[in-house]
Amino acid sequence: MQISQLRFVLPVAVFAVVAAALGVGLTLDPKRVPSPLIDKPVPEFSLPPVTEEGEGLASTDLQGQVTLVNFFASWCVSCQVEHPLLNRLTEEDIVPVYGINWKDEPANALRWLKALGDPYARKGSDVSGRVGIDWGVYGLPESYLIDRHGRIAYKHIGPITERDLDNTILPLIERLRG
Amino acid sequence: MRFSTAIGLSLALFFLAGAPPVFAIGAGEALDDPALEQRAREIGKSLRCLVCQNQSIDDSDAELAQDLRRLVRERLSAGDSDDAIFDYVVSRYGDFVLLKPPFKPATYALWFGPGVVLLLAGAGAFVYLRNQSRRRTADADLTEAERQRLEGLLEDD
Repeated sequence: MQISQLRFVLPVAVFAVVAAALGVGLTLDPKRVPSPLIDKPVPEFSLPPVTEEGEGLASTDLQGQVTLVNFFASWCVSCQVEHPLLNRLTEEDIVPVYGINWKDEPANALRWLKALGDPYARKGSDVSGRVGIDWGVYGLPESYLIDRHGRIAYKHIGPITERDLDNTILPLIERLRG
Repeated sequence: MRFSTAIGLSLALFFLAGAPPVFAIGAGEALDDPALEQRAREIGKSLRCLVCQNQSIDDSDAELAQDLRRLVRERLSAGDSDDAIFDYVVSRYGDFVLLKPPFKPATYALWFGPGVVLLLAGAGAFVYLRNQSRRRTADADLTEAERQRLEGLLEDD
């Protein structure tokens, strides 16, 4: 290539690279921080039940099968958005859903579940929020897919939509079971 | 309002707006031991509040920031080292939680990128300027034939 050609091509090439990098940057969401806990065993915890007669939830419950752990709270508005989908997962027996009621008043949580339905096979109450911090929770709702060996396979930040379910979560459940 | 007063006021507003926010640390949150509290502040200043993202947990009023401040102080009181606390928080939230990114292969582009760009730009500017000056000296040196032709052209007028 001649020098005169290079003087034209080089700035255009540099611009193209910078524009492409910035373009990719625009499609990323800075609110979604990747979790360092992927492929790691779930943090050890043991939580009391939300109700007095319930069973509570502990890390030992998340062994032996693929499960979905959902952090929710009655004060969390977008939790209401995904809640019907969680109900469906339980009604149609797609995957066991476990709940962790994060930084919430148990009485409020019970009222909330009575109104919207309770999809959780078991649920624990994390009033102080400490267990959530161990899981790297920083905003609700957050959901985690746990594999058979009790390792975190996937973290979903924000409400689960129909599309997330069909495109990401259900195929991943199939693969984890396979 | 006089013009100078207006300028003065808007300048004052400008600097007030840019003033660092008052610490969000609430009453009763601070530790009694001033040395431990000092370490807690240093740690709190370098941990990002993931709810607000561009504030440290010391600057943020978010509940999660408050919880993390409490956690830092509990661990300090229990005798943890600063590094142990950073390691714990990073193991839960990832490197992004550190306001100062760590120096490791994944962040080399971040740390070296600006220097590399500066070097490339400097090299580009050097080559450009050298070519310019070379062309200028080349222009100054006319051959004998060129000078005669030039004089011929000038005389024609």
